Amino acid sequence: MQRKMKVNGTVFLLFITIAMFALMYIAGMIIFADKGFAKPQMFLNLFISNAGLLVIACGLTLVMITGGIDISVGSVVALVCMVSADLMENKGFSAVQALLVALLIGIAFGVVQGYLVSYLEIQPFIVTLAGMFFGRGMTAIISTEMISIKNETFLAWANAKIYLPFGYTNKHGMLVKSYIYPTVVVAVLIVIMVAVLLKFTKFGRSLYAIGGNQQSAIMMGLNVKNAKMRAYVLDGFLAGLGGFLFCLNSCAGFVEQAKGLEMDAISAAVIGGTLLSGGVGTVVGTMFGVLIKGTIASLITTQGTLSSWWVRIALSALLCFFIVLQAIIGSTSKKNAKTGEIHKFTKRKKAA
Amino acid sequence: MAQQSKTSKWNQIRHAKLFMPIVCLLIVLLLNVIQTPDFFKISMNNGVLYGYLVDIINRGSELVILAVGMTLVTAVSGGQDISVGAVMAVAAAICCQILSGGAVSTNTLAAPIIVAALAGILAAGLCGAFNGFLVAKLNIQPMVATLILFTAGRGIAQLVTKGQITYVRVGSYKVLGGYIGSCPIPTPVFVAILTVIVMQLILKKTALGLYLESVGINGSASRLVGLNSTMLKIIAYIICGLLAGLAGIVASSRIYSADANNIGLNLEMDAILAVALGGNNLGGGKFNLMGSIIGAYTIQALTTSLYAMSVSADQLPVYKAIVVIAIVVLQSPVFQSRISKVTQRKAVGNAA
Repeated sequence: MQRKMKVNGTVFLLFITIAMFALMYIAGMIIFADKGFAKPQMFLNLFISNAGLLVIACGLTLVMITGGIDISVGSVVALVCMVSADLMENKGFSAVQALLVALLIGIAFGVVQGYLVSYLEIQPFIVTLAGMFFGRGMTAIISTEMISIKNETFLAWANAKIYLPFGYTNKHGMLVKSYIYPTVVVAVLIVIMVAVLLKFTKFGRSLYAIGGNQQSAIMMGLNVKNAKMRAYVLDGFLAGLGGFLFCLNSCAGFVEQAKGLEMDAISAAVIGGTLLSGGVGTVVGTMFGVLIKGTIASLITTQGTLSSWWVRIALSALLCFFIVLQAIIGSTSKKNAKTGEIHKFTKRKKAA
Repeated sequence: MAQQSKTSKWNQIRHAKLFMPIVCLLIVLLLNVIQTPDFFKISMNNGVLYGYLVDIINRGSELVILAVGMTLVTAVSGGQDISVGAVMAVAAAICCQILSGGAVSTNTLAAPIIVAALAGILAAGLCGAFNGFLVAKLNIQPMVATLILFTAGRGIAQLVTKGQITYVRVGSYKVLGGYIGSCPIPTPVFVAILTVIVMQLILKKTALGLYLESVGINGSASRLVGLNSTMLKIIAYIICGLLAGLAGIVASSRIYSADANNIGLNLEMDAILAVALGGNNLGGGKFNLMGSIIGAYTIQALTTSLYAMSVSADQLPVYKAIVVIAIVVLQSPVFQSRISKVTQRKAVGNAA
């Protein structure tokens, strides 16, 4: 009975998310039809501008499924961008080396935070809050000035357009093909890989078990500490990779970069149906969460007169709405479970 | 025999509640004396007290006010309110906007200062109530719940000030962050002391302090005893919000303007640090207000001395993050049990 309720609840949340995305997008298409909202390129742009966020949100989903959280990702992105920019522009590193360093930074954050959270059992929030300040401060130590990247290989990566076999016909009757950047391919691949990891591997299933009930996971014989640690390392790796994708998009490193990105990533995961208490969540839902964030952003920029901080306020409001929804669904399913137990108990008593 | 009594006395001192915080403060002060020999020198300059110590006590006022609120929230809910910095910005924005009557800069007050200040503090209290509602009623982890205002808060503050810095160039508004008449001691010090005295009276003369501890130690047991734990949590968050508002107004009076982006920036970290340094368990339960206050001054001494060593404001968080991690690792039960195992082994080895 309880299980059925829980599944219903999560499917329901995912359904709301997808419906909300469709509704928003269609509304945008109708209101801003003259500004090109209906073109397929507009939809692809959602992926292009949010490729980094998508990868980061996938990592965060892993951690949140175990019942933890990581609010250091925004700072990791800033640090990765700054280090990559600094290495390529001032230290003469190649783009490939910069990418490797970026991934190493991410993994280092993951290892340290993962160790503190899983082996020393410190609250993930405190650990990653410190990580957040550490990353942002390190960025400032490297340089307080903005460094823009002029490395040729890097710019070639950033500007390599991949044309797709469809598009729209312009005024002159020519077919303008839609395009994506390599970052989108990477991001989509990551989504698929993490989805497979969660669904079909022992490691993925154990993450759900840990998030659902850590005590029973231990009793089942799972190596909880090790699995949690690996989740954080993977999350750190994805934050590093996402940071590099972010860098490909912005082609610069500066201190204020990606400020509040952790909020975007967390809200994307929560909107996508990941429970803050752990145990429930899918990356497909997270992807829709990211798309909703992108849609809000492009709706507000297309509208033109609203200022950019409305994006964050709208997103916070949406996050708040989904958190409340989760709490309500959670409490009803708990209540049902409780009444069910009482029911059984009274029945047994009667039988006796 | 004499030695034994000596060691037991030493142990008594070592295990006193305020031992750790005071030692930390002394270490920081000692380092400063080595760095700058005239650290403790206090001189009169233009009729006001002047010196490093005065600066620390003056600048630490907002932090002390925040730390008091943070201590209560930590005690009752076992989590921290990370929105206090943003709430400070909201309070300052509302206060200055009312004073300027909507203009960007003003030389005459559009409303009495007391009304504007109260409005700002009340708005901050509202933010606290919102946080408290999410935490107590909906059972959301405190840091996730306050994350909403952490990111949205500055956006709201910017909406209030219309994205600009509102200046209130009126002498009487500068009193709160400056000096009263010809009094040589800065006003924020009085505000901080008054806040501490009022809160201490409320906590000690009523049962509120005891109730908060009891809810923090075991929420469901307290509820069974007859305490309204939901309401107590909300009250703690409201107090935290109100105090953040007061701190925000002091901070804005210092610079006679409302800078939505910079007022209270990174202060949430400092406040959490102060609570942890004060020997309070970040997991909730018993609390020690005096410890937090000493912790707050320690942090401010650290900040001031780092500034004196020409560390820029952007880089400060790195050092604070390291201190936070060090404290939480020392506080972690797993770490403590490991240490005690090692010392026990040593003792056994010695005995053999």
